[in-house]
Amino acid sequence: MNWETVIGLEIHAQLATRSKIFSGSPTAFGAEPNTQANLVDLGYPGVLPVLNAEAVRMAIRFGVATGAKVARRSVFARKNYFYPDLPKGYQISQYERPVVEDGSLDIVLDDGTRKTIGITRAHLEEDAGKSLHEDFHGLSGIDLNRAGTPLLEIVSEPELRSAREAVAYMKKIHTLVRYLDICDGNMQEGSFRCDANVSVRPVGQAEFGTRAEIKNLNSFRFVERAINYEIERQIELIEGGGTVVQETRLYDPDKGETRPMRSKEEANDYRYFPDPDLLPLAIEEATIDEVRRSMPELPDEKARRFVREHGLSDYDAGVLTASKELAQYYETVVAELGSQAKLAANWVMGDLAGALNRDNLDVTQSRVSAGSLAGLLTRIVDDTISGKIAKEVFEAMWSEGRDADAIIEAKGLKQITDTSAIERAIEDVMSRNPGQLAEYRSGKDKLFGFFVGQVMKATGGKANPGQLNELLKRKLSG
Amino acid sequence: MHTLTVSEMSAGLRARKFSSLELTLHLLGRIERLGPGLNAFVTVTADRALADARAADERNAKGDGGPLTGVPVAHKDIFCTDGILTTCASRMLSNFVAPYDATVVRKWREAGTVLLGKTNMDEFAMGSSNETSFYGPVRNPWDHARVPGGSSGGSAAAVAARLAPIASGTDTGGSIRQPAALTNLTGLKPTYGRVSRYGMVAFASSLDQAGVLARSAEDAALLLEAMAGFDPNDSTSVDTPVPRYTAELKQPLQGLRIGLIKEFFGEGLDPAVERCVRGAIALLQREGAVVKDVSLPSLPLSVPTYYVVAPAECSSNLSRFDGVRFGHRCEQPKDLLDLYRRSRGEGFGDEVKRRIMTGTYVLSAGYYDAYYLKAQKCRALIAGDFARAFGEVDVVLSPTSPTAAFKLGAKTSDPIAMYLNDIYSIAANLAGLPGISIPCGFINDAGTELPVGMQLVGPHFGESRLLSVSHQYQLRTEWHKRAPKGYA
Repeated sequence: MNWETVIGLEIHAQLATRSKIFSGSPTAFGAEPNTQANLVDLGYPGVLPVLNAEAVRMAIRFGVATGAKVARRSVFARKNYFYPDLPKGYQISQYERPVVEDGSLDIVLDDGTRKTIGITRAHLEEDAGKSLHEDFHGLSGIDLNRAGTPLLEIVSEPELRSAREAVAYMKKIHTLVRYLDICDGNMQEGSFRCDANVSVRPVGQAEFGTRAEIKNLNSFRFVERAINYEIERQIELIEGGGTVVQETRLYDPDKGETRPMRSKEEANDYRYFPDPDLLPLAIEEATIDEVRRSMPELPDEKARRFVREHGLSDYDAGVLTASKELAQYYETVVAELGSQAKLAANWVMGDLAGALNRDNLDVTQSRVSAGSLAGLLTRIVDDTISGKIAKEVFEAMWSEGRDADAIIEAKGLKQITDTSAIERAIEDVMSRNPGQLAEYRSGKDKLFGFFVGQVMKATGGKANPGQLNELLKRKLSG
Repeated sequence: MHTLTVSEMSAGLRARKFSSLELTLHLLGRIERLGPGLNAFVTVTADRALADARAADERNAKGDGGPLTGVPVAHKDIFCTDGILTTCASRMLSNFVAPYDATVVRKWREAGTVLLGKTNMDEFAMGSSNETSFYGPVRNPWDHARVPGGSSGGSAAAVAARLAPIASGTDTGGSIRQPAALTNLTGLKPTYGRVSRYGMVAFASSLDQAGVLARSAEDAALLLEAMAGFDPNDSTSVDTPVPRYTAELKQPLQGLRIGLIKEFFGEGLDPAVERCVRGAIALLQREGAVVKDVSLPSLPLSVPTYYVVAPAECSSNLSRFDGVRFGHRCEQPKDLLDLYRRSRGEGFGDEVKRRIMTGTYVLSAGYYDAYYLKAQKCRALIAGDFARAFGEVDVVLSPTSPTAAFKLGAKTSDPIAMYLNDIYSIAANLAGLPGISIPCGFINDAGTELPVGMQLVGPHFGESRLLSVSHQYQLRTEWHKRAPKGYA
């Protein structure tokens, strides 16, 4: 039987506010346990939540960016359950009336076609603390630093049909929230993570199969592997005569498999009800307009501009806009260079990306600044060096931290454009290779490349390739 | 000195007739002598009171004191007080020293008041007789065999017995007004949002409101002025200016339009109580008030509506008492579930448990629509009834409670009978309206004189009117000046 996969993602993006969603405590990562939790975060008797306006503004930004409806009135609700890292015994979230509804986002599939993925809703909520089960000799430690950290939970429609699509969607959201400056996207620190709802059904069947929810996936690779594992597990299960149970599962990256989470004592009934400590969240149309006006250029828009104004291919524009920082780097290079966008694009996606990747650096940590790279490319454009030499110069810039001109000067890599010098080198090569010369003259055109190579070798690669070609043709033909 | 009202104390302090220290020592002496018999206080903060009094005297000597500088007060033990035990009269918080001051506590402190202590109450403010306290029932100074009402019973007993000239209270369904009625006090529950709830341990967040138990409307006005106002720490507090209530007490009764709530003068009302209230109405009419009957047909829904909404919110609000971070923790928990079960099982009393279970039930999947959602709709109907009434009249009037103070233990085995005590007071909480109870006479129950209160409810932020009507009534009557025997 042929199976179709149905996936929906719930992405948790930690909003990059300075303080928590309902208290004034800082949100910085990595502090000593329980040092960033005040009485509100600790759920002390008598304390009350006060909504962080910045978190709301960030949610609105996301809503506007995804063409969603930003609710003029949304409601905070309490999700009630007991757990030691949930100080109040309830989580403040949004349930029936979220702040953002009905958005969408385009992803590019492997075959280059675009697909629109619906975003059902995005709602504001507070994060819980952390339970630490190691190092306490049979006891659990509780760190409430994270309690009250603002989250935007972004729920997709079940419109993703493969693990690859799910990853493409998640990456797109990741790119977007960073463009919007609403989330730092740091997956290792848990600032960006997702739950995946996965089910399978026979191709052509309208109703969904029973789904399993894989919790807390915090890398793109894990998302892909966990979903693929889950798809296979479900298909095997059904084909073997079994049925899929609706449950939450955890992905074990060491074993590469998903496992049911230890089942709680009984099924949770969260007893949602509107939080009486918080008034309904009212958002004025003017606020939404203001956010709309202050929107930065978004990735898709930017990519379209690169195609239109720089003449880049869709693919290149997509790669360069995948992160705001990379796009910014590229644009700086182009601006300094004045033209030659394609050259800049090739270098940014090629040598620069390679070097960053090799040293495991982010573009913001690049050892060669955009200005320096533009300096190097200027020397290609003005024929001071060839593209090939430029690669060598780039490596030197990367390791030595000096700019292109200094390296060209120091290493004597300046291109030879003096005609008589190139002619001398050609004559020298011809006289040392009489056999090849005779063959060439008797019609073996292919040997032209051999002579180019020899002259380049003799000049240390510095001969201007255009001039060399022209002079060589003339000389060889005698 | 203890017979003085706050206004009189304030005048005496400023005229240097006595110092705050003298006043405080005198009241601490009374609390020591008379307090235990009433069980009015959970904690007496004698050292703190003396320090506060000395500081107040210094300020007054320098001439930079305000009207409340040096005036002793008591707080219901539901308000967090920095460095002082805050128990909510529950075993759950019997070891809880609050690390901060509630906004109400801070404001009264900043106004220069002297903190005498924390008063007893029904556990977590759940009760109408002060019999659910972990620290035992409070006795009514008018008759020790009777309840002072609840949940602010300790505050009521302390003020009625002249142990403190005024005390804070909280009112979720009548917890200020009903004890005020049962102990011959003036009890004001302000509009929801008028006073910050920050630092007040939550029972039912959408109904809870802090207020005062005083011996006169004038005193209530003075202390309300010092506690009201917007608080950035409470999102439900309202940012609207606080009137000078004391300056507005002179509004005349002439032309005042009073609506008598028809539904609250029917079955269940003790005829002797009704006679007192009718007497007061006649006086108001003689003074020029225009009285008419109004019908608020949804009010009979108040009690059932309240006993869905309040437990629902309480079940969630009390989840934080889990034995993990503060409060009672059971000995040697086996595991997490055992920790929860025993800490909460041991920490909470029966009435609190009853409400947590009721609230959990009405919020459960499959029951939410039938109970919680329906109750919210009833709430809107009740609020609508009041809004219509206030189109015709300035205030509505009714008895505060259907009977005078009842005997200890009389209703403890019948929760419904106990709940019906608040039948006239609950609606104001559901609609978020201000209400006041003032003394309006006495009944004689088998030789025992017992006070009766009447209730006035006004439109949102109508405290000024309620206080002025009460004050004008009190200028013409002596009921509120009567003290229980042995406490004069």
